[in-house]
Amino acid sequence: MTGQTVVILGATSAVAERYARLQAGRGARLVLAGRDGRRLEAIAADLMARGAAGAEVAMVDLAAPAAGFDAAWAEMATKLGGRVDAVLLAYGILGDQKAAEADTAEMARQLTTNMTSACAWLTVAANHLERQGQGTLIAIASVAGDRGRQSNYVYGAAKGGLALFAQGMAHRFAGTRVRVLTVKPGFIDTPMTDGLAKGGPLWATPEKVAADIDRAAAKGATTVYTPWFWMGIMMIIRNLPGAIFNRMKI
Amino acid sequence: MRQPIKSWGNLASVEHEVATPAFREDAAPLLSTLVEKTGSVLAHGLGRSYGDSPLNAGGGLLVTRRMDRCHAVDTATGVLRADAGLSLADLHVITVPRGWFVAVTPGTKFVTLGGAVANDVHGKNHHVAGSFGHHVRALGLRRSDGTLVDCAPDRNADLFHATIGGLGLTGLIEWVEIQLQAIASSDMEVENIRFDHVDRFFDLAAESLDWPYSVAWVDCLSQGDSLGRGVFSRGRHAPDGPRLAQPARAKLAVPLTPPISLINGLSLRAFNAAYYSRPGATFAGRCHFDGFFYPLDGVHHWNRVYGPRGFYQYQCVVPPAMAREAVTELLARIAASGTGSCLVVLKNFGNVAPAGLLSFPMAGTTLALDFPNQGQRTLALMADLDRTVAAAGGRLYPAKDARMPADLFAAGYPAVADFKRHIDPAFMSDFWRRMEQAPTKSKQA
Repeated sequence: MTGQTVVILGATSAVAERYARLQAGRGARLVLAGRDGRRLEAIAADLMARGAAGAEVAMVDLAAPAAGFDAAWAEMATKLGGRVDAVLLAYGILGDQKAAEADTAEMARQLTTNMTSACAWLTVAANHLERQGQGTLIAIASVAGDRGRQSNYVYGAAKGGLALFAQGMAHRFAGTRVRVLTVKPGFIDTPMTDGLAKGGPLWATPEKVAADIDRAAAKGATTVYTPWFWMGIMMIIRNLPGAIFNRMKI
Repeated sequence: MRQPIKSWGNLASVEHEVATPAFREDAAPLLSTLVEKTGSVLAHGLGRSYGDSPLNAGGGLLVTRRMDRCHAVDTATGVLRADAGLSLADLHVITVPRGWFVAVTPGTKFVTLGGAVANDVHGKNHHVAGSFGHHVRALGLRRSDGTLVDCAPDRNADLFHATIGGLGLTGLIEWVEIQLQAIASSDMEVENIRFDHVDRFFDLAAESLDWPYSVAWVDCLSQGDSLGRGVFSRGRHAPDGPRLAQPARAKLAVPLTPPISLINGLSLRAFNAAYYSRPGATFAGRCHFDGFFYPLDGVHHWNRVYGPRGFYQYQCVVPPAMAREAVTELLARIAASGTGSCLVVLKNFGNVAPAGLLSFPMAGTTLALDFPNQGQRTLALMADLDRTVAAAGGRLYPAKDARMPADLFAAGYPAVADFKRHIDPAFMSDFWRRMEQAPTKSKQA
């Protein structure tokens, strides 16, 4: 079995790791990018045990790579021999909405991490795939980006901006063999959301989300809500009249 | 985070201070935090223990399910080392395509390695392979003083044997190294044989000793001439065929807890009669290991069928000399009561030295069944069964238990005094609190 070559940006994220396991099971060669070397090494060892043909760690501060985006990307692509079949952009922070409202520096930091830096990675990665003539770019956005809400509009704006950016890229590459998939997950039971009250039918496991991403990528989709029912929920939320929406504390 | 947690029996929802470390390196600091906050802690895996052994009311619960990374698999020797939160379901995905299978598996694949060690789980092959603990080569045990103890049969052996079957009380099992068994295929060769009386079970078990796996399902409602009728099932790994971690079929689920128990006298009688008479009750052929080992895993949250009051599971083992007599007596009492479950399991254990100080399996016959919780009536029936088990010199399985009297536990587990020396002072469970509170007539080992 020959697997794909895959770059994971934010490989310690729960969803990214589950996606990497699916790829490892098919014999992929992976580059795992992130800040925490020990965690990345633990994940790499696990992926090798699960059948990966390779799993290399790239220590990078993804929100602000010291070498710059282009050089950092080139280094990762080199680890894969210059050939990159798939890129998953999975890093992000939930961020403290109240802190961002009170402090412009914090607000800018959240936007930089979740949107500006992410769009920079999409840019260098897309250019690479374009030169190759094919490949799949997957960006994890959020249902929070579908309509600004008081509880998390800084996060929502960043993820919404990222989704719009990826959508534009999908348009740019329409008709080519470069694919751009925007993923819009709802609530996922991960360490990132441990501060929220969990349980109930709206919560999904990272395994489920990763499997949805994998399936959507294989189909060549440009947008996927995961789990699927969020498409309906967000359609309602987007279309709620302001008079009703403004009375909701969401 | 404060959170209500239930065990598999759904008997009670219990508040805990819960922490779920994502990486093994986070476990030790979180362990300290939980102990500082609440005074005690217990590790918790996938919550498949039935009673109060996986709970620590008001205390800390360190949930291990996110610590599920494999460190290394040696595909030449079949040695696997992984975080304690790796489930057998995930382990199969890693090992089965390469021709390795866990040496001992319980009746669900949704257990963690840590849980399998802490309960020293057994399977249908006890008579040839012993229990899970017999295949543990080493484990890393985090004590509440912060030390990580490398335990193996030849290193810190006392703590190793206390931890196997030690109900999580000796510390946090961080990683486990196990020996797998080689398999040629994920298929099983299976024979199902109907038997019309419990006596025949003992004959079939004796005739089936060269089959690595054997177990029987029993109709707990049949009485008189057909007391303990059932289906004897035996199997072995097929010598050829595909190596698939999962069979190809969709899963069912019980999405919600129904307002009342769906298991009652009427539905049970209908099920048992149908199950006994079904064509598959006499069968010889092949199937994927999933259907053979994990028939209930096909229905997610099957425990919900017992309704909001939950259920008790009763699992005992009685020594060989008393087995026929004691099992017949137990089945007669259960049949007369008209309660009990669809899944009554009878199995002969082999004569294998126990892997741990508190290991449940011992030479003899084990009987396991569920009882819908009908309050006092159910407790009284189980107290009746206790008398037969105690008189036969048997014991009950703590992983299944929510009500055994402390003196029955003490009588059944003579090594408990030795075990107590190895308990970590910060580790506690509701089961252990119950065993310690009540007056015990502990035999000094």
